[in-house]
Amino acid sequence: MKAPRPLRAKTIVMVTLAVVASPIAAGEIPADQRRSSYDVMSHETQAMQDDDASNPGMLWVLDGEALWHLKTGTADKACTDCHGEASASMKGIATRYPAFDAERGRALDLTQRINLCRNEHQNATSLPYESKELLALTAYVARLSRGLPIADPAADERLGASIEAGRQTFNRRQGQLNLTCAQCHDDNWNKQLAGNPVTQGQVTGYPLYRLEWQGIGSLQRRMRNCMIGMRAEPFEYGAPELVDLELFMKWRSRGLRIETPAVRP
Amino acid sequence: MSEDFSSVTRRRLLKAAAALTVGTGARQIIRPAGATPATMQTAIRTVVGESRINNGKVTLDIPPLVENGNTVACSVAVDSPMTPADYVKAIHIFNEKNPQPNVIGVYLGPRAGRAKFSTRIRLADTQKVMAIAELSDGSFWSDSVDVVITLGACLEDS
Amino acid sequence: MARALISVPAKAGRGEIIAIKALISHHMETGFRHSTTGQLIARDIITSFVCRYNGEEIFRADLFPATAANPFISFYTRATESGTIVFEWTGDNGFAATEQAAISVE
Repeated sequence: MKAPRPLRAKTIVMVTLAVVASPIAAGEIPADQRRSSYDVMSHETQAMQDDDASNPGMLWVLDGEALWHLKTGTADKACTDCHGEASASMKGIATRYPAFDAERGRALDLTQRINLCRNEHQNATSLPYESKELLALTAYVARLSRGLPIADPAADERLGASIEAGRQTFNRRQGQLNLTCAQCHDDNWNKQLAGNPVTQGQVTGYPLYRLEWQGIGSLQRRMRNCMIGMRAEPFEYGAPELVDLELFMKWRSRGLRIETPAVRP
Repeated sequence: MSEDFSSVTRRRLLKAAAALTVGTGARQIIRPAGATPATMQTAIRTVVGESRINNGKVTLDIPPLVENGNTVACSVAVDSPMTPADYVKAIHIFNEKNPQPNVIGVYLGPRAGRAKFSTRIRLADTQKVMAIAELSDGSFWSDSVDVVITLGACLEDS
Repeated sequence: MARALISVPAKAGRGEIIAIKALISHHMETGFRHSTTGQLIARDIITSFVCRYNGEEIFRADLFPATAANPFISFYTRATESGTIVFEWTGDNGFAATEQAAISVE
């Protein structure tokens, strides 16, 4: 039997260079191909999102604006009492959340930050996850970053462990269907699954109005939906694993522009 | 027919499992045997009476393929000068396969200036949707569209 | 009261045809769904939407369960005179909501 031909040296060098030079891992979407799922929505869905006068998500944004100005808690303070008008103070905030909280030593998402503010500065109870009020406040704050690019969370070294934990979850097989998030959203985006486009899963539009929910919802809700779809036990709202995954998703979407409140099927 | 306990239980479990699979796909909605093309015709006749329904003048605009049947953009326009002598009095939308045949009924007058409106409707299944306009002279005109409904792959169960 | 979002041009020329948009938050429970325990969830929808321009009805709609949640309607009217355009929604379980917008017509 003939001895196998040795790999040519040039080939070995080229392969090594390709692996080392690539800033992203195999399977990740190349930076120049990343795009919001807005691009694959139907014209009607895009039109619903584009017009603030007809975007149903705006109903929650308006509620959020009212809540921002509402005095609450035993401290009888409104968000305005510390933050002033949100249009000034909250611009850009959503591009930088989840953010590292030094006191708690871990990443917190925007809903957790809002509840901490309520607890500590307004002496008010936390708003339940996915409650109308919490979604309204989150949507209101996030919309104020509309058009701004998502910041790269890896720039804050303290978030490194969280991003990595989120990456592990994203690439781990889960549930009875034994799928990873990456298998759909990194490897098969823009193909169809049961009549709907498989998106890249970019998280530029949250909280968003989902036609399926006939209401607005958070990224955590959407990810729990995905996990249920894979027949996996979903993480609880606010679980560190879910916040880490959220952070990883934000990292994946770094540089893409916020479009809250998005409309999606 | 006598059956031992274990086979009865197993049959029940299998039935339940099948129902669960079907139910999961349809979420909580158990669609009653509601509207059919015949029910739609009855609902139309309730509005139109014995009058003839003409084709034309009406344009029903619904995307032929819809991402989610929960919220379907829909608009109707009727070719009419909208003057006090000649205007559209009402526009009704009907469907074939939702539990109920009526979708919406809209009432206009010459002040409208334009006989056109848009809304968002629910369509339970792939079906025909029909818009019927009633003019000031008592005539009826219609348009219809066949819409295909798709459903998202990853639905939440609760 | 339910949150509503109205879009009416602030100014218009006399006789100009203007577009009006109305969006209101409401779950529009169809009455055909069942809970996880198999009980029918009762219907709870907006049944009627009326728009009046300085008191005169310019648009009316009968809504059914087939109207999507958070009902949105857009329609047209002629801007005849300055004044107030009033929007009224009524529905099951005593639901009632009102919004208004001012319009200035040259």
